[in-house]
Parts: sequence; structure tokens; C-alpha cells
Amino acid sequence: MNIIYSPLPFMAILSSAVAVVLIALSYKRPNLREFWTIAAGVAKFCIVLSMLPEVLAGHVIEFSLLEVAPGLEIAFRADAMGMLFALTASFLWIVTSFYSIGYVRSTHEKKQTRYFMAFAGALSAAIGVAFAANMFTLFIFYEVITFCTFPLVAHKETKEAISGARRYIIYLLGTSLAFQLFAIFLTYSLAGTLDFVPGGILAGTGSKAMLTIIFILFMAGITKAAMMPFHSWLPAAMVAPTPASALLHAVAVVKAGVFTVVKVVLFIFGVDLLKELGLGTVLMYFASFTIITASIVAVKQDNLKRRLAYSTISQLSYIVFAVALLSPSGITGSALHIVIHAFGKITLFFAAGAIYVRHHKTKVSELDGIGYAMPFTMIAFTLGALSMIGVPPLGGFISKWYMFLGAIEAKHIPIIIMLAASTVLNAAYFLPIVYAAFFKKAKYGDASGGIVTGVQEAPGMMVVPLVLTSIGALALFFAPTIFLDLARIVVASVTGGG
Amino acid sequence: MTLTEHLPILIIILPLFAAVIMPLTGVVNRSLCWYFTVVVTFLVFLIALSLVCNVMEAGRISYWLGGWKPPWGIEYVVDKVSALVLLVVSFIAFAVAIYARRSVEKEIAKSKVPLFYSVYLLFITGSMGVTITGDIFNLYVFLEITSLSLYTLIAMGPKRRALIASFNYLILGTIAGTFVLIGVGYLYMVTGTLNMADLRVLLPELYGSSAVLTAFAFFTVGLSLKLALFPLHIWLPNAYSYAPSVVSAVVAATATKVSAYVLFRILFTVFTVEFDTSVVPVTYLLIFFSSVAIIMGSVIALSQTNIKRMLAYSSIGQIGYIVLGAALTNELALTGSIIHIFNHALMKGSLFLVVGIVVYKTGIDDISGFKGLGRKMPISMAAFTLGALSMIGAPLTVGFVSKWYLAIGAINAGMWFLVPVILVSSILTAVYFWRVVEKIYFHKADEVEEIVTEYEVDGAGCACKRFEAPLTMLIPTFVLSVLCILFGIAANIPAGIASSAAKMLLGGGG
Amino acid sequence: MIETILGKYNYWIYIALMMIGFYAMVAKENLIKKVIGMSIFQTAVFLFYVSIAKVKGGTAPIEWHHSHLYDNPLPHTLMLTGIVVSVSTTAVALALIIRIYKAYGSIEEDRVLVLEKEGGKGE
Repeated sequence: MNIIYSPLPFMAILSSAVAVVLIALSYKRPNLREFWTIAAGVAKFCIVLSMLPEVLAGHVIEFSLLEVAPGLEIAFRADAMGMLFALTASFLWIVTSFYSIGYVRSTHEKKQTRYFMAFAGALSAAIGVAFAANMFTLFIFYEVITFCTFPLVAHKETKEAISGARRYIIYLLGTSLAFQLFAIFLTYSLAGTLDFVPGGILAGTGSKAMLTIIFILFMAGITKAAMMPFHSWLPAAMVAPTPASALLHAVAVVKAGVFTVVKVVLFIFGVDLLKELGLGTVLMYFASFTIITASIVAVKQDNLKRRLAYSTISQLSYIVFAVALLSPSGITGSALHIVIHAFGKITLFFAAGAIYVRHHKTKVSELDGIGYAMPFTMIAFTLGALSMIGVPPLGGFISKWYMFLGAIEAKHIPIIIMLAASTVLNAAYFLPIVYAAFFKKAKYGDASGGIVTGVQEAPGMMVVPLVLTSIGALALFFAPTIFLDLARIVVASVTGGG
Repeated sequence: MTLTEHLPILIIILPLFAAVIMPLTGVVNRSLCWYFTVVVTFLVFLIALSLVCNVMEAGRISYWLGGWKPPWGIEYVVDKVSALVLLVVSFIAFAVAIYARRSVEKEIAKSKVPLFYSVYLLFITGSMGVTITGDIFNLYVFLEITSLSLYTLIAMGPKRRALIASFNYLILGTIAGTFVLIGVGYLYMVTGTLNMADLRVLLPELYGSSAVLTAFAFFTVGLSLKLALFPLHIWLPNAYSYAPSVVSAVVAATATKVSAYVLFRILFTVFTVEFDTSVVPVTYLLIFFSSVAIIMGSVIALSQTNIKRMLAYSSIGQIGYIVLGAALTNELALTGSIIHIFNHALMKGSLFLVVGIVVYKTGIDDISGFKGLGRKMPISMAAFTLGALSMIGAPLTVGFVSKWYLAIGAINAGMWFLVPVILVSSILTAVYFWRVVEKIYFHKADEVEEIVTEYEVDGAGCACKRFEAPLTMLIPTFVLSVLCILFGIAANIPAGIASSAAKMLLGGGG
Repeated sequence: MIETILGKYNYWIYIALMMIGFYAMVAKENLIKKVIGMSIFQTAVFLFYVSIAKVKGGTAPIEWHHSHLYDNPLPHTLMLTGIVVSVSTTAVALALIIRIYKAYGSIEEDRVLVLEKEGGKGE
């Protein structure tokens, strides 16, 4: 493994931070403003992509920006794990940008400049999380995400939006300040460093009880992973405009959360230490509980976005669960699921947004027969849903397959039953929507009051992105090579094989 | 004898003489007073800056007043700690002086403006003197100069309630000052010296003496009262909230810091760490009270609707941080404490200055008055948000740096249970500041025409348009808040100074 | 026992005066009485300083040719400064009281607070 010193990871972060300023300056010219968003997205993706060959070759790209105070360094490191997340987030940002433009222009949202600024800022921070070389840098960007997404959640400035946003910030900021920061303090004073090292930095530094406390504090503090009982900010955040929910609350924000969990598990504690402490199993059962409970709650939701939110809570816990298995296949599955869930869930959110924009429907019970009015949208929705359930030939199958393997490797046989049960539940909350859309008679009217007959799709700016992401979800089944290779590099480094 | 050698006395004499001349200047031309103040405070800042440079290069500077050799003569001492405090105080004084012009015009009667600047300079004289002196009786005199000028400044507040606030502060401040005087008396009684460095040499043999213990008790209580350590804080909220905006800013940023500095001096320079921890376990008491201060300050701040009061209670919590770091008596925590003197001056200063701008522009000092201001005063509100983020302790702001050192220091001292105290108060701080930030950016301004008359005169147009403050107010405010971020990122610079200052304090005074 | 009480009577007087002053400052409602208390409080400390300067059998320092014992002059000079501080404080306090009287029409603290709440001015 070679270390290459290059500012590329930092430039990837900077590209959209610069865009924030440019967007702010061109507030009077919407087209120029949107151009900056797209340009920054493309630039960011290209920068990330340019690092891919090196990372695939097993190298690590490092860049140290500055030392804030002794022991507190802002540094970036593009490794395989970060690459997985950064590739997904930066690619999906481009897609979402087009979708956003279509969405905000169709719904005539106010304060679009603030919206796009916050979006670009959040993306910068998400890439910052992906490429953070130590816990301090990660924590900074973790908080920046919170602050940048707050305006998105509160966007509508209605009472409901503001109270949702308030809950959002109290949960995310409160727990991260109270627990995560505490854990960081303790980690630093025990280990004397906050660097991410494959295999962990805490082994042999403190008593068993102390390490357990730190682990619990970390898990309670990383609320963005939406593990129960700290999940309720996510449904509350659904008041945000749909593209924001799609990218941030299916990809950037929540994935930053699980990504942090994975980082803590693999690079702060390390597989061996967690096995020794027996904490992996505890985390696994917690995650399993969230998977099942959130799925059951999701079945009962009538609001489409809320159902998707609970589905997200459940799916995020898959990622946590898989890494907590602490077995090679489990970690592979976990890493892959970050990508695969992103593609699947963003498709679903896009579809929900398209339905809202074109037909102003937000409830599952109103969707009967909509498949005929919006065929592309609903086919994409179906593909996304099937990927979530884990049906071949869709990406979701691959990650679930690795999770099964991981569970067997880790000799947690009872947990396989949980996986099976949750798959059934996934089907139970997604398939009725698909069934209703295509096989039930339409009984709703359009805006003019008449029965909808012909095809009434959302604007192309919205439909094309969602079709693209659904194709992505499909393609991940047939060609997961790049991501699989990245996941293997991660596994090799953290289990001592590399 | 070059001028450089006399800098330690010039930093006192310059503002003192300027304060005397100021009323005369006012007779000549009232508008000259402001220019004069700005020039003087700027010179004071330059002197402080060059003193810091000298100290960093050459180490401790000792200046003998009138050439009398200490311990008989009065000695002025500039070392790393006092240099840092001098720099902070003079910088804030300079920034606020620039800012003062418009705010003072609005809040203080015209005929009293020269007197205001005169007393303002007197206050700076006192603060500088407290910081620089190495003589314990001289310290008392300067403390009283500071306090007396503060009483007057606070009494100039626009509401009549300011008078009562000032009077109550006067009573309590006098009690505190007299306690310090009694402490000085007992120390003199047993040692026969007033020089701090000399006291440090002579005192250890007498640690068993009840006179020394009495002196220490009077010092601790007196200074706790001066720096408003919970539960001796009662004078502070009223004094801060009814004072003129300029005064609130400068007091919040410097006055209590100077008192905290004096406490450090007494704890670590006059007495030794061993005395504080083993002979009289005062550090445990201070840890307890400062923890309570941190929590209670934040809790009470939560329930305030007046923004100045909210900031005042928040200051009580922040003073808790400063005392906590000192009471933990280890290097990291004390570094956190010293750096927090610096950091808190920046953040509280900028926050109070923003409040001053809002009061200047709208006449409202209630939190609800901030509704929708994000649109109207984007720059001031950005400054407020930066200050608020620093107070919360978001990473990359100065607040985080202080909290980092304090928390790691607490863990190293084996008191990791203090970390939750710090964190819980961060959360509470987040809640009460976020309330305001949310009002600024996500609430629409009240449609009521509450304030229109005030600023239409300024030609700023109707309530829906932007109406930023004049540049003399805006620039100092913004500079302070940008420094909150700058020193949060480049924290190595202040942390380096603070850490060597902490080493010096714990290591042996010199 | 009697020795400690009578032999150091000046210290006992200082403590008694200090407590009287302190009580008046804290407990009296009338602002002028508070200031009187403050003066007593500060004067007690002057007494304390003068007491510690006294050397048994000592004379004034200017006569030191004739005697080897003389009182310590430094606390006396310190107290000259102390008196200046005390006078200034009293002056500021009295000025404040005049302003309070003009604004509220009363110098009773409880009355002033009531007036503040009601927003009116006393008779």
C-alpha cells in the first residue's frame, strides 16, 4: 500500500464549497445559478473519479490541510471506504441537481438560492466526511452537514417545517455534542490520537469498562445513522422538499451517519478489539431490533414519504448490522449496501416527488392506478422497491447475499431468520404500492377534477434522473465490480490481510 | 533610557492622561472626543502588542516605578499571562471604541459624551493596571479604579433601571474590593511585603498561619464576587442588561476576564498550587461552584426573553469555564482556561456588539425583535451567527478549542465526570442561541410598524428593505466575529501562548 | 483568655465595626443608610491597617534617632490611598442616589423596585 500525497481529496470538497459562493453571488440569475450547481457537481465527480484508479490499485491519497491545535489536525485521506461513499454521493448529486431544478421550478419554491447553497454546502461536507483522515475532521464535517441541511428541512418556513427542523437539529446536534464529542474526548485522552487506522487505535489503551462506555457513547452520538431510539428526527425531516429528502435523507446525511459508524467500528475500535469486548454482537442485536421495528412501523404509514423514511431507518440498520457481524463478508455487504441502498432509495424518493409535483398526491392510499398515468416513474419506483427488498436481478440482492454469508461466517444463525423476516416486511410495505399503482382501478381525479386517462408524466427534468437511478440500481447487480473491489480492499485492510 | 523600556508605564499613563484631558477636549469640540478615544485606544493596543512581542522574545519584563527596587518599590510585571490579557483587553477596547461613536450618540445625552469617553478611558486604565501590576496593594487600587468607572458607565444606561443596577453593583463591588483590601492587610501583617513575587517566596513558611488562611479566604470570596462566580453573580445580569450597549460589550468582554486573571494571580503566583490543593482545598470548592455556574448560567439563560440578559447569564456560565480550568490545576485545563479568556472576549464582544447594532437600528432588545433580521441586516446577523456558533463550541470556532482543552484537561485530572457538565451546557447553549438564529433566518418580521419611525429618519427606507448599520459599527463587529473563526482554525497561535502561560503559572510564577 | 480579648481590643473593634457596616449595606432598605454602612465598613478596614502598623512602645518614624522602636509607616500611607478610594466610592454612590431620587422620587430600595414595576414616579 502506497501513500500518495495530493490535494485532490481536498479539492473534491472545495469544488462545491466554491459553488456555494458562486450560487450566492448569482442569485439574480437563476440559470447561471443552476449552471454553477451542475458544474460543481460534474467537477466534483470528475475529481473523485480521477482518484479511483489509484485507490483501486490499493493506494491511499492523503492531504494534510492544517493543524488547528496540537493533536487536532484537519487532514484528508481517500481510501477505499471513503471512495465508495464519495463516488455514490458525488454521482447522485449531479442527478439530483437536475431533478431539483425540475422540482423547484415546477413547485415555484421560494428562496431557491438558499436552497441550492445549502445543498452544495451539504455535499461538500458529505465528501468531507468520506475523506476525513481522523475523527476530528470527520466530526467537523458531520456538524457542517447538520447546519447546512437545517435550512433545507426548514425550507417551507411553515410552523410544521420549523418544528420539524427544530427536532432535526436538537436530535442531531444535541446527541453529537453530548455523546459523540464526549467519546472523542475520551478517545483522545486514552489513545493520544484521533487518526483512523485500520485495525483501530484504542486496543490496549483502557479498561474494558471504559472502552465499552466509549463505544456506547459513539453509537448514541452518531444519530445520523438513525438507530432506534434516536431515529425520530428522520421522519420529522420529511417536511423538506422532496429532492432534499431524496439526496440528503437517503444518501448524504444518513449515509454520513452509517459511514461514521463503520469508521468507528473498523478504524477506531478495530475488528479484533470489538470481538474481544463482545460489543459487535450487542450492536448487531440493536441494529436487528431497529430493522424489524422500523419495517413494522413503515407498513402502517400512509404518507408515502414517511413510509420511505421508516424504510430508510430500517435499511440503514442493515448497514450497521452487517458491519457489526465483524466478518469479511459482512463488512463487504455493509460497504456495498451503502451504495446500493443509495441508488434504490433515491429512485423511490424521486418517484414520490414526481407524483407530488404532477398529481399532488402524498398518500399511499391515493396511488391506485397511477402506474398508467406515470408509467416511467412507477416502473422506476418498482425497480427501486424490488432492489430494496433484495430481489434478483437488482443490486439489493448482492448486498443481502453478502450479509447472509457474513452472518453464516460469524456463526450467528438465529440472525438469518431476522434477515428473512425483514425481507418479508420490506415486501409488505413496498409491494402494495406497486400493486395499487398497476393493478387497481384509478379512483382519483386530477387537478381539474376529472378522471385521469392518458399519460401525465412529471417534467422531463425529473423523470430522466429517476429513470437513470433506477437503471443504476439494476446495473449494480450485473456490474458491481468496482464497488466490490473497493469493498474487498476495505476488508483486506481492516482484517489485517492487507 | 529608550521609550521601549517605559512601555509598561506608558500603557497606564497614556489612557489616564487622556481621560483627564477628555472633558477639556469636549469643551473645545465635542466631536473630537471620539477621534481622540480611538487614537488613544489604538496606541494602547500597539503598546500591548509590542509588549507581547518583547515578552515572547525576551521573557518576563520587570519595570521599577520611579527606579525603586522591588520589593520596596512598586513593580510592574509583564509576563506571558499578563501580556495576553493586556492584548485582549486593549484590542477589545480599541474595537469597541471605533464602534462606540454612533451607538453613544444614540444612547447617551450629548452633553455627557465627553465624560463618557473620559470614564471609558479610565476604565481601560484600571484594567491595564490590574493586569500589569506586580504589587498587591496597587492591584487593589486599580481594581477600584476599574470598578468605579464601571459603576459610572453602567449608570449612563438609557433606562432609569440602570441607576439601580449600578447602585447594587456599587454596593457589592465595594464589598468585594474591601475584602481584597483586608486580604492584602493580612498578608502584609505576616510578611511585611506587598510585592507578589516576594510574597511567593516568603509565604510558604507561613502556610500554617491563620492570618494567611484568613487572607486567602478574603481574596477568594472577594474575587469570586468581582468575577461573578455563581452564586455571587447577582449583580451581573442587571448591570449588563441596563448598561449602554457599548458598555455591555466592553464589560462582558473584558471586566470579568480581568478579575479572573487576578484570581489566577492570587491562586498561582502569590500562593502556590500545593497551597491551593492541599493546605486549603479551595480548588475543590471552585470546581464545584464553577460546575454549578456552567449549568445554572445556561439554564437561566434559556428562560430569558431579553437578549442582553440572555447573554449576561450565558457569561455567568462562561466564567464558570474559566474558573473551572484554573481549579483543575493541570496544564491542559489551565491552557483551556487562559485561552477561554481570550476566546470568550472575542465571541461575547461580537455578540454584544451585534445586539448594540440591533438596538441602535430598531430600539428593541428583546429576542423577538430579531425576527426576520437575516434579510435586513445580513452582515450583522452573519456576525451574530458566527458568534453563536462559537458559543456553542462548534468545531473550527474558538469555542471548540477552549472546550477541547478543558475537557481533555478534566479527563487527565481524573475528573471525567466534568465532561458531561461541559457538554450539557454546550447543548443548552445551542438551544438558547439556536432560538435566536432561527428567528433571524426562518421567521418573518412582525408586520407591526413598531420601529419604522426610528430608522426612516436615517433614510434607510421601509421595514422590508435592508438597513445595515453604519460602517463604524459594522466593521469592528464583523472583525471580532471573523476572528472567532480565524483563531478557531489557526488555534495554534493563541494555544501556544496560553500553553506556555499555563506552564509558567503552574511552574513557579516567574 | 482575657488577654486575647482585651489585649487585642483594637482588632475586636475592627471586626465589630466591619460587621455593623456589612449589615447596613446588605440589610438596610434606605440607600443613604447603605452608603453609611459602606463607609463604616471601609473605615473598619482602615482601623485594621493602622492596628497592624502599631509596634508596642514605638514612636512616630520621624523620631527614630531617639528610640529603636517606631511604628511601621507604610500601612498609614496605604490607608491614605484607601481613604481616597473610599471617598470616591462614596461620592459616586451619593451621585447615583441623587439620580435615583430624581428618576423615582424615592430612595427606599423596596419602594423604588415597586415603582419600577408599576412604571410610575413617586409623589
